[in-house]
Amino acid sequence: MNLNYLSFEQSIAELEGKIEELQLVGSDNRLNISDEISRLRDKSTKLTESIYANLTPWQIVQVARHPHRPHAVDYIERIFDDWDELHGDRHFGDDKAIVAGVARLDGKPVMVIGEEKGRSVQDKVARNFGMPKPEGYRKALRLMNMAERFKLPVLTLIDTPGAYPGIDSEERGISEAIAQNLAVMSRLRTPIICTVIGEGSSGGALAIGVGDQLNMLQYSTYFVISPEGCANIIWKTVDKAPLAAEAMGVTSKVLEGLGIVDETIPEPLGGAHRNLDAMANKLKERLIAQLERLQAKNLDSLLEQRYARLMSYGN
Amino acid sequence: MSWLDKIVPSAVRAVRPGVSKVPEGLWKKCTKCDAVLYRPELDKNLDVCPKCDHHMRITARRRLDIFLDPQGREELATDVLPVDRLKFKDVKRYKDRLTSAQKETGEKDALIAMKGTLKGIPVVAVAFEFAFHGGSMGYVVGEKFTRAAQVALKENRPLVCFAATGGARMQEALISLMQMAKTSAVIERMKLQGVPYISVMTDPVYGGVSASLALLGDINAAEPGARAGFAGPAIIEQTIRQKLPKGFQRSEFLLDHGAIDMIIHRRDMVDRVAALLAKFTRRAAV
Repeated sequence: MNLNYLSFEQSIAELEGKIEELQLVGSDNRLNISDEISRLRDKSTKLTESIYANLTPWQIVQVARHPHRPHAVDYIERIFDDWDELHGDRHFGDDKAIVAGVARLDGKPVMVIGEEKGRSVQDKVARNFGMPKPEGYRKALRLMNMAERFKLPVLTLIDTPGAYPGIDSEERGISEAIAQNLAVMSRLRTPIICTVIGEGSSGGALAIGVGDQLNMLQYSTYFVISPEGCANIIWKTVDKAPLAAEAMGVTSKVLEGLGIVDETIPEPLGGAHRNLDAMANKLKERLIAQLERLQAKNLDSLLEQRYARLMSYGN
Repeated sequence: MSWLDKIVPSAVRAVRPGVSKVPEGLWKKCTKCDAVLYRPELDKNLDVCPKCDHHMRITARRRLDIFLDPQGREELATDVLPVDRLKFKDVKRYKDRLTSAQKETGEKDALIAMKGTLKGIPVVAVAFEFAFHGGSMGYVVGEKFTRAAQVALKENRPLVCFAATGGARMQEALISLMQMAKTSAVIERMKLQGVPYISVMTDPVYGGVSASLALLGDINAAEPGARAGFAGPAIIEQTIRQKLPKGFQRSEFLLDHGAIDMIIHRRDMVDRVAALLAKFTRRAAV
């Protein structure tokens, strides 16, 4: 099994392996190798298209958690200029599961707040695998309030397995930290655009997810409890996670249908990790357009619309 | 004298010898200390065990009945009913789960909202029905809470919430999650408008409710021994692979860690909440 590919992509992996082998053989062969390669490439593309056209919700969850899935830092690096990372909640510490700072989007100053899972083992540990603690959400809150003062729009990038479930997290009031963010974001006097880039897990995701526009990348996922957690409660086994994913409707398609998600941003064929630059460009383009639209609105009516929308959830 | 004789009132004790049948439901075991308690006495004691002071779970209706003045109550948002938007099905259909929960509890969903007075102070009060789907918050709970808060805002009445819940209702998936944002937003409006909100956590308060409406009170309070937190103890133990300290996430722990303002005994609930609200609304002492 090729670990760069998910289990349901192994037929693609095989084809790609063949293509690689042929490329190594080189062009000094009697056979017309380049023809064969391009034939295989076509086949691989078609195969990927057909697999990705029919992904189950559980397969989408796996793409969203793919080890090569682009993270907040990858997008920040490619989408924004003039980046100044800002640290700390001013009370307890600096939580690296949340990466935040001021930057420019197409020249305009913005506040960026993202959840970051980390890439190398060391980085993952430092970032607590993207599970923020209270100080992370309080850092985000401090910077959102700052954004309001300086009239900077807030752009958030959501990607977390959840807020950290630990003793210290509870001791320092993880519930209150999340709740406070929800309350303040509902009335922050600056446009807020939230984008789920990978895994949006429950309150830990929503804590930076209240705003004027909610985007999901095509193969990202957003749920109130992880499919494994749901399966564990209902079926008493995580093996039923695929069924739980199906039942909960964890994909952008379902959530757009419910009026919760505003826009699904298409991903490159085979997922964002197959072409990070293309994905970042696409996201950048959409953020610029959305921000322009939101900034053209009168701030009072923007806030009224945000509030009305919050009040309408579930109606 | 047997152990039972020590705890039951003499009137009852007198008829016990020779009586083989005890009327159904006349006795109740304390869920904590196992003491066998005489139901009418326990009722009078507001379902707090006279032996160990354990605050047993009570229904939402009883909670509001104990809390509000008897006169002039009005139930709010009774027209909000559960909808199975996702057609959620696991081993059972969510629709069927709703029907059986409705039959068992006699309630339409897990939150009751009422307008009334508390020692003469006009208030809006809401209570979670834990027996309905673990008091979980889906659309109905979020919407009823929000409507109750809107009445509070409009009529400038303080809002009091008694939470008892396992968290968000997973059968309503993201719709449940969004109720966290909705209820938090309306509470924030109350803050901006200076309408008091008192959140009383009763055993237990977890997950999505804890991380929204339950911890956003101007006053956060809890009953003695109530458990409240974001993640349940089992999840935390699984994650950190160590035993949790004694009393972890109990109200005494929450008070120690600055999450709540006070612990209120059930028998003092009316007086203490009324005293707080009288000050917040600059009324004479009640």
